[in-house]
Amino acid sequence: MSQQTDEALVIVAHGSHLNPDSSTPTFAHADTIREADAFETVREAFWKEEPSFREVLRIVDVETVYVVPMFISEGYFTEQVIPRELRLQDWDVTDWESDGTSADHAAYTATDTGTTVQYCGPVGTHDSMTDVIVQRARSVTDDPNVGSGVGLAVVGHGTERNENSAKAIEYHADRIRETYDFAEVKAMFMDESPEVDDVATLFESDDVVVVPLFVADGYHTQEDIPADMGLDLDGPGSYPVPGMVDGTQIWYSGAVGTEPLLADVILERAADAGADVAGAIERVKQQTGGTAIDVE
Amino acid sequence: MDRESDPVAALVATVAERSISYDGLSVSKSDGLYTFETTERQVTDLTASALGETAAGDPFVDNWFHWTQRSRSTAEQAFLRWVEHAEERSVPERDAALTSGGVVREWGQLRITATVVDGDRRYELRHSDDRDADPAELERFVDPRKAREIATTDDKGRYRPLKTAPSLSTGWLFPELTGASLVEAIDFFYPATIQNWSLEREGELDVTNWAAAADRQSGIYAMVDELSGEQLEWLTEACCVDSQCLKRREWDAADGEEIDTPRGAGAFPCREPCSVVISAARKWTQIEREDTERYTFELTPSEKDQLEALVAAVADGRIDEIREAEFSDPANRQRARYLRAKRFDAEGSLSTESERPS
Ligand code: SF4
Repeated sequence: MSQQTDEALVIVAHGSHLNPDSSTPTFAHADTIREADAFETVREAFWKEEPSFREVLRIVDVETVYVVPMFISEGYFTEQVIPRELRLQDWDVTDWESDGTSADHAAYTATDTGTTVQYCGPVGTHDSMTDVIVQRARSVTDDPNVGSGVGLAVVGHGTERNENSAKAIEYHADRIRETYDFAEVKAMFMDESPEVDDVATLFESDDVVVVPLFVADGYHTQEDIPADMGLDLDGPGSYPVPGMVDGTQIWYSGAVGTEPLLADVILERAADAGADVAGAIERVKQQTGGTAIDVE
Repeated sequence: MDRESDPVAALVATVAERSISYDGLSVSKSDGLYTFETTERQVTDLTASALGETAAGDPFVDNWFHWTQRSRSTAEQAFLRWVEHAEERSVPERDAALTSGGVVREWGQLRITATVVDGDRRYELRHSDDRDADPAELERFVDPRKAREIATTDDKGRYRPLKTAPSLSTGWLFPELTGASLVEAIDFFYPATIQNWSLEREGELDVTNWAAAADRQSGIYAMVDELSGEQLEWLTEACCVDSQCLKRREWDAADGEEIDTPRGAGAFPCREPCSVVISAARKWTQIEREDTERYTFELTPSEKDQLEALVAAVADGRIDEIREAEFSDPANRQRARYLRAKRFDAEGSLSTESERPS
């Protein structure tokens, strides 16, 4: 095949056969990045939608592709499914030298297209995701200075499916605790303790922001978690913000993946792998409210 | 004028380095003089400046410039030339068609009309069912990315998990796309179809048969490799025929083991079982693990016909067409309710006596 441009960005996400909202954040962030002129070509690919991981590299038709997984943690998808389906030659998870949350990037050749793939760690474990969680808290409270006097819960699945999933939640909760001035910060889970069901009793603060570390809204974020917390659920995705549970005001944000600033994390991943996108990162931060984050 | 934007400048600069032969145009240099030849005329012994004058405004030169001096991928180039029948029709024939009404091609449920306006190619894109629609009645779009939204739901607002299902919604129009934006829009409607079609034309399509695709699966899908033989006939009949998917199935059970289900007549190939099929296959694998039992129950001949008609109505997607009070249709809702009230128990099960075949 002839080569059109030199570099492209491919965002790989789970997608869904049943729920069109599953891919919405991926498309939205891809569009933000397109508009920031970061790459000549940006394309989305999905496990459950099209283009599939198997066929996306032939679409972008370039020599070097940065592949960034829209996944929260390292595990089955980032370590087995995506490398297999992209046909990364000699993929070896140890190339990432990861402790479960520190996967960075590694280069491979795709055996069908010959593309050089800079395979990056998932968005969920990048340091800049910490800032997106805080930005999400600011969005849901409509308070750019939210922190002092307010509790923050970062919520994930828990270890039942994947031990790294809990690690990613705890990693960001620790970073927020160190860097920002929330009164309390806790990692909470759906299927292990501390359980999100107990959010109102485990926090002392009168106001608690709850941010689920999920890439897209779906059953878990729209029905499961709000119901578990005791919010008045009036159909999927329909709950009060803030909602009162046992005397605590719960500011439930919905999936962190829908926060516009997440586009920045995708670009940061590509930049860490060598993409020349510093200018685009600035433009994306400006556009998505990320420049307000200068606490660090 | 430079060779980037001016066909004559590009031609003169190119032929100074090498001969040109393209779509009926030949230009060559010998002993410092040029020969310019098309299927319409031949001019010899030209100096460089006389070559420029001869070439100016010649449709063969514009055609050569359009198709050779712009950067396109192999697939994009092949597709855009296919759209205007460039391999079968001469330059004057094509020019005549492109400037008067345009050249039409269909790609799945898409209808592409290529035209030349002020020397530039423009492509109109709409649903093939809207072929006779008044453009003023269709919702107009400019940005090819809008195709992604159009492709998400069908005319009834239902989500379309399979992009090449023949359920693309109607009522929209991209009136004037460039070649590159046409390809982009089509990639959002039918991802990777242009690339796989092009690979197939080059004899390089990498088909993955069922056996290899199933073998590759892991996690909850690892079980699908249990399906084989007739089950794959049923699976492809269920999912892959033209009434369900517009891709032409090129994969089979395994090397040398063909699946007899019709492959489909689509323009673009399917190179391996898709995620929808793998996901359905998981369900069928679970069901196929069950043993059969023998059931005894009584139905009148009309009731048996009715059960068959109900399955057919769901399988053929005909439910929405069955009218209220259309009692002649065995799949009518009230008729189904009557049958349920009569023959099914409180749990909704057909009242039967069952036994395992000995
Ligand atoms: S596997 Fe079947 S349903 Fe899926 S894309 Fe191919 S032909 Fe269509």
